[in-house]
Amino acid sequence: MSDSEPPKPPSAVPPAGSISGSSKPPARPTSTPGAGSVLPRGTVPPSGTVPPSGTVPPSGTVPPSGTIPPRNTIPPSPDGTLLTSRYRLEQSWTLPVAERAGAYRVARRALTVVKPENIKEEVKKAQIRGRGGAGFPAGVKWGFLNPQKGQQVYLVVNADESEPGTFKDRTIMESDPHRLIEGILIACYAIGAHVAYIYVRGELAFSIDRLDAALAEARAKGYVGKRPFGTLHSIEIYTHSGAGAYICGEETGLLNSLEGRRGEPRLKPPFPAIKGVFGMPTIVNNVETIAAVPDIVAMGGEAWASLSRLEKDGGVRLYGISGHVKKPGVYEAPVGITMRELIEDFGGGMLHDDRPLKAVVPGGSSTPVLRPDWKVDAPNADHPLHEWHGKSEIDVPMGVDTYRALGTMLGTCCATVMDSSVNMVDACRNLMRFYKHESCGQCTPCREGTGWLVDVLENICAGRGQESDVDLLVDIANNMTGNTICAFADGTAMPLHGLVRKFRDEFLEAARTGLPDERSLDDSTRKQVVAA
Amino acid sequence: MAFALTQEREQQVQEILTRYPDSRAALLPVLWLCQKQHGWISPEVITFVAERLNLSTATIKGVVTFYTMFFEEPVAPNVVWVCRTLSCDLRGAKCIQEHLERRFRCRPGETSEDGKFTLLKAECLAACGQAPMVQINERYFENLDTATLDKIIDEHANNTPRSAHEG
Repeated sequence: MSDSEPPKPPSAVPPAGSISGSSKPPARPTSTPGAGSVLPRGTVPPSGTVPPSGTVPPSGTVPPSGTIPPRNTIPPSPDGTLLTSRYRLEQSWTLPVAERAGAYRVARRALTVVKPENIKEEVKKAQIRGRGGAGFPAGVKWGFLNPQKGQQVYLVVNADESEPGTFKDRTIMESDPHRLIEGILIACYAIGAHVAYIYVRGELAFSIDRLDAALAEARAKGYVGKRPFGTLHSIEIYTHSGAGAYICGEETGLLNSLEGRRGEPRLKPPFPAIKGVFGMPTIVNNVETIAAVPDIVAMGGEAWASLSRLEKDGGVRLYGISGHVKKPGVYEAPVGITMRELIEDFGGGMLHDDRPLKAVVPGGSSTPVLRPDWKVDAPNADHPLHEWHGKSEIDVPMGVDTYRALGTMLGTCCATVMDSSVNMVDACRNLMRFYKHESCGQCTPCREGTGWLVDVLENICAGRGQESDVDLLVDIANNMTGNTICAFADGTAMPLHGLVRKFRDEFLEAARTGLPDERSLDDSTRKQVVAA
Repeated sequence: MAFALTQEREQQVQEILTRYPDSRAALLPVLWLCQKQHGWISPEVITFVAERLNLSTATIKGVVTFYTMFFEEPVAPNVVWVCRTLSCDLRGAKCIQEHLERRFRCRPGETSEDGKFTLLKAECLAACGQAPMVQINERYFENLDTATLDKIIDEHANNTPRSAHEG
């Protein structure tokens, strides 16, 4: 039982061998820069190659503010991780511990000796796709900024982690808040912002506490405030608590909420980079995106990008896995591992050995479901998934573009695994209830559509349905798609379409016979939860 | 009776106002401070906030009704949110809810017979890897079974409204 403790540190990241040891060779060899490889300036190899262990500088050797620290000073983590390298240190969320393990060294160098344009260039080269779900290249987003004279630029960090199945950003805020703060400092400097807001969902009071405590430490040291590291580029960082609304994770809904309004999304354009919070140019980035910035700047964009197994989708990222697996949790791995690897190598395999995988929601509830027994159909050589033609959907590398080609989305990269005991109509009803509850109500197709979807599904489950109701569901979803201000309606329709398309027989059967309550919860789960 | 923030919280409001170029942005943080002190967003709280931030009461009411965590009615000293979204449901959140319904003798949305706990259903609380879980006041309790949950509930039974909301 972990009440206010940090989330369980991720279990050991499987050795590199097990990541690439699956049946499918990676799209491109995992390039772990080793000793002797030529690395761009300031590079820190991610694995424990250079410098050898033992050269980790003890605490207290951090050069005083204003001096230029030597390069290559970030001690590599013993297991080769980047984002999660400090998670397992005792008191990892405190400044002395984080700093001893390398925190703020990159920010100090970046703010004192690197030009903002060069940082933006490295982030572009890193090809980091936004980690909040949409997968938009962060470097390109930063490039949209074009502040006019007298305009204040803002950075807003989206920590409204609410997508069902997603619980990765929380681990950064709770286990390594200083990594996020360091990323914010570098990002603010690069985009010319002097104020950053971290919008954290209201339920995550513990994350907010950790961030506030870390911010107080960083302010006391002078890293955050009027003269960070002795420079003249003042940076203030504030946490801002939401109050329970999924839609505030949508960037313009978030901005409205931050301004003290109802969190109803705004029409785009204008995009936030032109007119964001308080009418000013604003960059909204996910927690994990910003937390990766120090590594990108330290290693150089190209080297960081090459950690990925895919093209145009760089680096490493956090993978979450929950549901019917033995070891649910958050794990760090290169971009482009397969769902099979995530489930078997990281998630520890299926929870019950006698119950095979039936379906997996790949990246948060809005992403259409994958079926292991469905094969990739890409016979044409120019199809982006041709390499995986005839293979299972779960053997396609997890990337923004590969998953789009597969007809789903990578989303937040946090998978919900369902075994053979799960009825897909029941799972669908569960998710649609979520969307009904969370629709902000601004646009009629979404407000009414989400309600209708739940009503039809409740009817089907109660045995009052008919087979035509299955097409009615599809019809309702079709009338929501593309007819609203924000992507919420599409995010509701997509998983509905995916489930009905891939499990149509199950929906038809439920429409004929209903879905008795006992089918929605199996005995072995009950036994695990209910004390004897 | 008119509502006012304590002097300490009023100082916090003044600090919060310095964070934003527009005082309206302080609305959510100020509502949070009020709810921490008062337990819920009463009509008196709305009047107070409207005057403090120079906004209309209709504006405040519109914002309060948008967000699920602002209580528009009084709640018990302890508020228990049971996450019922997919990942938690796959790991038995239904049993957690049923167990609490039996123990509190109330349905979600209601307060227990002894008046100590308000039971609410929640949508995904971002703890999917530690399912099933509940949120009690401001804290998460994860990887639950009913025996563990009972102990946690026992520990909260003696909370006063103040200790619960400031805990």
